[in-house]
Amino acid sequence: MSKATFDVPPKGGFSFDLCKRNDMLIKKGVQPPSFRKTGTTIVGLVFQDGVILGADTRATEGPIVCDKNCEKIHYMAPNIYCCGAGTAADTESVTDMISSQLKLHRYHTGRESRVVTALTLLKSHLFSYQGYVQAALVLGGVDVTGPHLHTIYPHGSTDTLPFATMGSGSLAAMSVFESKYREGLTREEGIDMVSEAICSGIFNDLGSGSNVDICVITKGNVEYLRNHKLPNPRTYISAKGYSFPKPIEVLLTKVTPLREKVEIIEKGDAMEE
Amino acid sequence: MEKGLDLDAPHSMGTTIIGVTYDGGVVLGADSRTSTGAYVANRASDKITQLTDNVYLCRSGSAADSQIVSDYVRYFLHQHTIQLGQPATVKVAANLVRLLSYNNKNMLQTGLIVGGWDKYDGGKIYGVPLGGTILEQPFAIGGSGSSYLYGFFDQAWREGMTKEQAEDLVVKAVSLAIARDGASGGVVRTVTINSDGVTRNFYSGNELPRWHEELEPQYSLLNIWGAAASPEPMSM
Repeated sequence: MSKATFDVPPKGGFSFDLCKRNDMLIKKGVQPPSFRKTGTTIVGLVFQDGVILGADTRATEGPIVCDKNCEKIHYMAPNIYCCGAGTAADTESVTDMISSQLKLHRYHTGRESRVVTALTLLKSHLFSYQGYVQAALVLGGVDVTGPHLHTIYPHGSTDTLPFATMGSGSLAAMSVFESKYREGLTREEGIDMVSEAICSGIFNDLGSGSNVDICVITKGNVEYLRNHKLPNPRTYISAKGYSFPKPIEVLLTKVTPLREKVEIIEKGDAMEE
Repeated sequence: MEKGLDLDAPHSMGTTIIGVTYDGGVVLGADSRTSTGAYVANRASDKITQLTDNVYLCRSGSAADSQIVSDYVRYFLHQHTIQLGQPATVKVAANLVRLLSYNNKNMLQTGLIVGGWDKYDGGKIYGVPLGGTILEQPFAIGGSGSSYLYGFFDQAWREGMTKEQAEDLVVKAVSLAIARDGASGGVVRTVTINSDGVTRNFYSGNELPRWHEELEPQYSLLNIWGAAASPEPMSM
């Protein structure tokens, strides 16, 4: 049986014609503008009484590090957070949009948001953009049905896993989880494993770097540990700082008050009534 | 970007999926590997998804596309079940899958196998391959691993098998495909559906039958080196 390759006029949805055009232009050698991307390590795992999310804090624009301490763990709902990898603008906007939808849904229902609700909203948004919204997400949270951890790919597919990694550093981080993860980790063991996984991304992946952010979600409680670890502190040539021969003195203080001078020049005829 | 780990590649299931009818029901089987390019994104995925109490679906191809199709069909069948006041038939489920696959054939890259049991037709398997056609079959195979299994099924499939024979056949077939198809791997999952209900089974990678030139499963490569007479691993 042969594969159908003819085009039929679209019945609805978005038009991706310009995306095809842009691909063609790139193939012909046009340099597209570069976006701020989060060459990233993001991870998550399920532990004894909840979920732990982790992320590095490097944002890159091509080969240049453009933010050394950005935030990649985004708020979705009071009990749900989401790590984002891919184009920074896309991860930021998609999580913001869905978190606002979740808040409206909470006002409507008067109940706590569920992780599957966030998952379904995110995946249907990403699917309808056919992978052009470049957001790879690790979604975690604790709701009335217990702790949940999911990964969401830019094309809109989802996985449900006890431990997950995403981004360019996912391989380095996954090697830590694959060799050390087990069921029923304690809070401290979980945090240590997540920060070890992120550190292995920071040190072994060029796209990841700087600090470790962690978010611990348990039933009815969230701890956002911003810059939980600082494995790359800034170093100075002189650790003690510099001393000057004499302290800087104030030699003269003179205050000149400025007065506004407005001159009104009347010219021409007065306006008729 | 042909070789290597293309992590931007769409998330897809180079898969082995199988559906087999037997005397009184059906057995569905699948491997558990999901990959992005050459990277295994999930080694324990569940490609046999539930549509209703008595109908399940094996998914292959693009993970995103097959999930969307199954989500829609599950939603439509739920409504249908409420309106009808009784469980949906396998035929209705398969026809909904076909309808979505055919109407959106230009947008979708997914091959599906629908299997289940209902009181009118008993156990039934329907294949819905890429173009969106529907095929009622005594057995159906799909995914990249299926190319290794056509000959095997021509030889091994018989009419009127028992439940145990059918499940053994499915596990054997998936393990054969895992052994030869690089895009299939991990564990084997099966779902058996008959008049009594649904049974899910799991066969972990180290207890599957071993085939030509396969080594015994080892927890660590060091065990193989330790067992060898030479103390020097490099001289092996």
